[in-house]
Amino acid sequence: MADRSESSTPNAAVRVWLPIVALAWILPGAGHILQKKTTRGFLLAASVVFMFLFGLMMRGAFFEPMGGDLLTIIIYYGGFIGNIASGVLYILAVALGYNQPDVAGHVHDYGTKFLVAAGLINVLAMVDAYEIAVGKKS
Amino acid sequence: MPKVNLSHLEAALLFALFTSIALGIVTKKTDAERIHYGLYCFGAFIATLFGLAWLMKLGHG
Repeated sequence: MADRSESSTPNAAVRVWLPIVALAWILPGAGHILQKKTTRGFLLAASVVFMFLFGLMMRGAFFEPMGGDLLTIIIYYGGFIGNIASGVLYILAVALGYNQPDVAGHVHDYGTKFLVAAGLINVLAMVDAYEIAVGKKS
Repeated sequence: MPKVNLSHLEAALLFALFTSIALGIVTKKTDAERIHYGLYCFGAFIATLFGLAWLMKLGHG
């Protein structure tokens, strides 16, 4: 738990917020729960986890970094960053062998977007956990 | 892992639900504001969904 007098300064020490943000990345919602924002933490965790699980169940594809023209780079690197932002969910899915090829079909397409969106929601949760840790929010 | 086949509407509603919960939580400072903004976002998603659907239908003639 961050010390209030220390964390409310504009340049709060990295050691105050970095462990919280790192935990919030690895375990969605954990950054809030660690700071005693339990309800918000569980709601964010549920949003990220269910979004990710629906993405898997719709057989969405993970992005992999790919070079090429500018649009290709933005889409594939952006998608990859969105995927890894899900933390342990992405790591577990890859480690357990989930490897869905990118195939045509609206369900697969929605699944791919759900997998990226889960990571982007977790990025919002990480930013919120950071703001709580440095005293910008309660 | 079971496979689910959702329609466009079902997938869009689920997306709107989860995203609205997260936006409500991270953007406002009190619980009342969070609930209000979450519901507003969900309503905005639904309105946009149906608005764009009608636009595409009418655009196709």
